[in-house]
Amino acid sequence: MFKVVKREMIVPNIHVMEVRAPEVAEQVQPGQFVIVRSAEGSERIPLSVADWDRKAGTLTIVFMEVGVSTGALARLRAGACIPTVAGPLGRPTTISGGGQVLCVGGCYGIASILPIARAFHEAGSDVTVVLEARSLYLLFWQDRMRALSKRLITITRDGSSGYRGHVTRLPEILREGGIAPAHVVVNGCTFLMARASSAFAQLGVPIMVSMNPIMIDGTGMCGVCRLTVAGKMKFACVDGPDFDGREVDWPELLSRRKQYMDEEAFLCHRASCTGV
Amino acid sequence: MTMDEKTKKTKKKLDLNRRAMPKQPARIRRRNFDEVALGYTAEHAIAEASRCIMCKEPHCTEGCPVDIDIPGFIKCIANGDFLGSIRILKATNCLPAMCGRVCPQETQCEIKCVLAKKNAPIAIGRLERFAADWEASQGRVEMPEMRPPSGKRIAAIGSGPAGITVAGDLIKLGHQVTLFEALHEPGGVLTYGIPEFRLPKRIVRREMDYIRKLGVEVVTDYVVGKTKTVDQLLDKYDALFLGTGAGLPWFMEIPGENLCGVYSANEYLTRMNLMRGFAYPKSSMPIKKHRRVAVIGGGNVAMDSARTAVRLGAEEVYIIYRRSRQELPARIEEVENAEEEGVVFQFLTLPVRLRGDASGWLKEIECLRMELGEPDASGRGKPVKIPNSEFILPMDAVVVAIGNSPNPLIPNCTPDLKVGKNGNVVADEKSGRTSKDRVWAGGDIVTGAATVILAMGAGRIAARSIHEHLTGEKLVAPAQPEPLLGETQSKT
Repeated sequence: MFKVVKREMIVPNIHVMEVRAPEVAEQVQPGQFVIVRSAEGSERIPLSVADWDRKAGTLTIVFMEVGVSTGALARLRAGACIPTVAGPLGRPTTISGGGQVLCVGGCYGIASILPIARAFHEAGSDVTVVLEARSLYLLFWQDRMRALSKRLITITRDGSSGYRGHVTRLPEILREGGIAPAHVVVNGCTFLMARASSAFAQLGVPIMVSMNPIMIDGTGMCGVCRLTVAGKMKFACVDGPDFDGREVDWPELLSRRKQYMDEEAFLCHRASCTGV
Repeated sequence: MTMDEKTKKTKKKLDLNRRAMPKQPARIRRRNFDEVALGYTAEHAIAEASRCIMCKEPHCTEGCPVDIDIPGFIKCIANGDFLGSIRILKATNCLPAMCGRVCPQETQCEIKCVLAKKNAPIAIGRLERFAADWEASQGRVEMPEMRPPSGKRIAAIGSGPAGITVAGDLIKLGHQVTLFEALHEPGGVLTYGIPEFRLPKRIVRREMDYIRKLGVEVVTDYVVGKTKTVDQLLDKYDALFLGTGAGLPWFMEIPGENLCGVYSANEYLTRMNLMRGFAYPKSSMPIKKHRRVAVIGGGNVAMDSARTAVRLGAEEVYIIYRRSRQELPARIEEVENAEEEGVVFQFLTLPVRLRGDASGWLKEIECLRMELGEPDASGRGKPVKIPNSEFILPMDAVVVAIGNSPNPLIPNCTPDLKVGKNGNVVADEKSGRTSKDRVWAGGDIVTGAATVILAMGAGRIAARSIHEHLTGEKLVAPAQPEPLLGETQSKT
């Protein structure tokens, strides 16, 4: 069992959870994820690791409440124990020193971009962090980002913080600021990563995106997380989760992610009626 | 084992009435996930065991990869000494309830039975199952003899049949054993792969409890290679056994395999078995109710998938296999069960393309008819495409059950471990030793997808070799004049 040290909502619907998993914390690298179960009999869900404390043996996980399983996690209190925190899974994000790096985090992806930006920063890169959300009240960890980046750019749909619009405005913003990244990393929802990948293609540099398809075991056994990258079948859990966004078949990925929407909605509605 | 003088004297007429296994009727079992085969009663078991003619030189034992004293345990059952029979079984097999259910006895021990010539071999598997279930029904499980602690520590990676056997064998020899499992429940393929109706999970849990009672530490949610590397574990343990199985599903590499509604058999079965999808919406693992399901492949996993689809309420379930009935690799028993339950076989058929609708869901399969040509390397007729024989099968779901490669997770994280061209870990057949010092391997990770009992046989070999390495003591195969393991492997 793994003890929940802390669990709180940092912005509406997004929760930060700290859990004790010393052996995972000892090994984890930026870009990796863990499989979590909130209780016996629950689904196994993959969640990116946002931060860790190797000494204290804790992991920080940030997630958005979207369904039954994340809902159960969101109701955990400090001191609770959860049965599964398995990992760290997936290949770590490739970090190379030097040059300009653009780290884009949107929504819950703001959290997982943090260790990546930090690793690039520590490796001596010139890091620009871009945070995107619908509105100012959904942005978090801006101070932490500022501490490890040269520039911090925010984009909100309603213009309440930084630029108004969507990540698709970024190429224009970069041109204005004279920023020419040699490497781009994007973490966030599938829609954001798909939009970013097509918008940034004109930069002509690798756009690393962190895939988050449906998973069961997370160790390459079930194959449900498969996607097409550069025309080849890849498993996000063992070949990824990072791929070059320019090579990903986004429409296929988006439709595969939606496979269980009806069933999930059914469970959610039932839960609200019966209080389960 | 030498024959008892008394049994030889009692000459009686050959009884060729092989007792049938009581089963749930097909029309009922199509709608539930309960075990299909109900098991022998004590009367059945005694009657069946009494048919054994107690050969002077029994051949059945040669067919067993884990060297069970088959005539010995059968004789006990015939005499009504069920406790004696389970003792004999457990001396060499720590998982009798499972082997009795899922071993392909018809190609191993039963094929060697003298009565097989008369088409009525002793139902060795059913008797094994009976003895194990009888013990469990007594509510008291006997502990085997344990050697004093040796002070040596062994890690078995993967809690499937190979890992369990290694753990069970080595703990009895006095070593300290930790069994690591990446998933949240131990058992490997026994837990996530083989369906409830063929191997109830309570049986797997029962056998795992037994392993724990012997003193094996079982650690779940621990992904060796990731949570700790093989080298890090070697700092803590004297020896390591890799039994991580055949985990990477194959696809056909035809267009449309990433459409929604296309599953690997691993996914389909894991959703149902490990995650208890059949209990949805009581369980939180969603499962789709498809109307028409096609399973591609002809092995036991394909039969399991098709029969699962039937139970989920599919109206039409097909098995699409590119060869003919004679070449089906599945056990005959399972093929018959599937047919009784209404699964339709499309033999000599090859899917060439999966087509979807505008929203990315599978709509139909384009297939080609095949004919059998010259025998290929496997000795079976090579399927050859018949030109212009395309036809369309409208379909809502496809389960791809054409096999798995060895799980690459540990080889990928262990650069100095020698790997063969199929991604399998290279291990010596006679000892299970790998190219890496103090590391052994066995089961599907070495051979590619095979059977539970072969994995157990490989575990047994590795356990012996590990014990020899740690203590210098040479072990002789129990109840067997000479080890026949290498030989049996080439036969199956």
